[in-house]
Amino acid sequence: MAQMATTPDTVPASVVARPTTSRGAATLRLLLHNKVGAAGFAIFLFFVLLAIFGPLIVSGDTTTNLTQIYQAPSSRHIFGTDYEGRDVLVQIVRGGRSIMIVGALAALLSTAIAVTFGALSAFIGGWLDSLILTVADVVLTIPYIILLGVLAAFIKLSSPILLAFIIAAVSWPTLLRAVRAQVLSLKEREYIEAARMLDLGTPYIIFREVIPNMMSYIVINFVIAMTSAIYGQIILYFLGLVPLAGDNWGLMINLAYTRGALFFRNSLWYILSPILAISLLQLSLVMISRSLEEIFNPRLREG
Amino acid sequence: MGTAVIEGTTPRLSTHRRPWHVLAALGGNYVFRRIGKAIFTIFFVSTLTFFLVRLLPGNPVEVFIQQQVGQYGFSYEDAANQARSLYAIDTTKPLPLQYVDYLSHVARGDLGQSVLSPGVPVTRIIRAYLPWTIFSVGTGLLLAFTFGIGFGMLMAYRRGSVLDNALSAVGSILHSIPNYLFAIMLVVFLGVRLKWLPVTKMRGALSSGQHVDWSLAFFRDAFFHASLPIATYMLTGIGAWMLLMKSSTLAALDEDYVTVARARGLSNRRIAVAYVGRTAILPLFAQLTIAVGFVVGGSFLVEPIFVYQGIGYILYRSIQQRDYPLMQGIFLMITISVVVANLLADLLYSRLDPRIRSAG
Repeated sequence: MAQMATTPDTVPASVVARPTTSRGAATLRLLLHNKVGAAGFAIFLFFVLLAIFGPLIVSGDTTTNLTQIYQAPSSRHIFGTDYEGRDVLVQIVRGGRSIMIVGALAALLSTAIAVTFGALSAFIGGWLDSLILTVADVVLTIPYIILLGVLAAFIKLSSPILLAFIIAAVSWPTLLRAVRAQVLSLKEREYIEAARMLDLGTPYIIFREVIPNMMSYIVINFVIAMTSAIYGQIILYFLGLVPLAGDNWGLMINLAYTRGALFFRNSLWYILSPILAISLLQLSLVMISRSLEEIFNPRLREG
Repeated sequence: MGTAVIEGTTPRLSTHRRPWHVLAALGGNYVFRRIGKAIFTIFFVSTLTFFLVRLLPGNPVEVFIQQQVGQYGFSYEDAANQARSLYAIDTTKPLPLQYVDYLSHVARGDLGQSVLSPGVPVTRIIRAYLPWTIFSVGTGLLLAFTFGIGFGMLMAYRRGSVLDNALSAVGSILHSIPNYLFAIMLVVFLGVRLKWLPVTKMRGALSSGQHVDWSLAFFRDAFFHASLPIATYMLTGIGAWMLLMKSSTLAALDEDYVTVARARGLSNRRIAVAYVGRTAILPLFAQLTIAVGFVVGGSFLVEPIFVYQGIGYILYRSIQQRDYPLMQGIFLMITISVVVANLLADLLYSRLDPRIRSAG
């Protein structure tokens, strides 16, 4: 109930009555009042708009032009050109879309797995709890990057959805443990006890009572899951385990590395721009999740 | 675990008890439970690799046999024989038996042979390259942990000062850069732009002609080649330790016994080391177990960038070249090392903090 305590007194009673929509709007308002949160949200919005409208505004062909390889930034090529003479800026503008879509999809999947099984684990307890927790611990022990790389090497990643599935399959355990701990504490609250007395059934209690009351927590973890899903993708691109086609920041890093662009004189902007784009996007997500935590957990504000 | 309480009150097990009592008591014992989990993890990963290599549609064993039969005109038996020596899986047997066989091969340390260098056992490749990764990752992790703790305590003691704010900012930035991107930047800036470091000479684990012995020259050469990976692991790891230690120290400073120690007039140095530091460091040991896996995983991306020839580099190459038996063997071996490292760290932690043994 942390979010209730921090909602301003002026919020009308309807917020309580219709939880999902107006609570989302109230959260957004609180986020924008937070300096870090607003900045993070602005940067994130910029990337979303860039992914949607960018390709329409910044046009230019990205066909191979061997007379213009590794050009330094100029008025014609603001970020210079790559090893095939293609414009870097155009690639940056086009390269964020698939990363964000797959990142969001993977985060959604892993959050769904973690919330469902974490809540079940905490609620039912007993052998099911031990089993789920053991599997989560085992997956957590295996180095994430290596598990991801090896899985992707054996399974042919033919579609972005499969890519999201693979990333979700290795990234749910941390979140599951967090959700489980949260549900364990919620379980002891009076309104849950009341629901149990009324014999409303475990699925009803989990999905209608427990999960809505930890929505803030789930949203924060979704944002964190998205940052790790984006890094996961970049890693798979870097390893060359995703079909190398289309415009994509991860692919740009892969090609810059495999084509030896690191050692060319005018290639600095070509190498740095995808790295900066990814870092900035990640930074915005981290800023959003940090300030959401601050909003929902007032104890953090003093520290 | 209710049994933990019983175990605490009756430490001696008499032999005339029935076997399940012994098992129950063992289950309540933290050390045995922890070892059991480690063994289960290794078993789980072996099963996963068997699934990937043998059961997945379009799995490498099947593809390999089909290739041998279809393209090179081998008989099925010959192809299956070859597959057996490569993957340590005998496809002529029924599937459940293949699985049992495979597990016993793994238990005996037979991980098959590399496809690209036929006749070379996977275990020999691993033995040649794994020590370099353990050396560089271990050194980097230890340096990050030690310096992170030092800076973290300093930040907590100087809370709100310019130094604290500056270190916090540096820590957060270092913490948020993934190690492989940091590695690329090191090569680009220190190696290519500024030309401060001879990055191409630093490739490999040792200079050619350098023998492995206990001479000073060997150690100097080993550190010369490992310095960039070590710097990467240290600098990208230190931020998290600083921030963790700061908040952990701040919590410890608020404890009553620290106030009492101050009231008793103990020296600040004594309080910092024996009262604050000892308590504050404990939760960080628990984090260390997670960090081990993380940094070992990171070597998989960092080593190829510096062309440092450790196990991460070999894994990267085996994935590039689709050398499945090698890939699978390294995956298994790295997981086992991480599981063992975790186990040791957890057991050490339970020695340091006895509350753990009865709780989780």
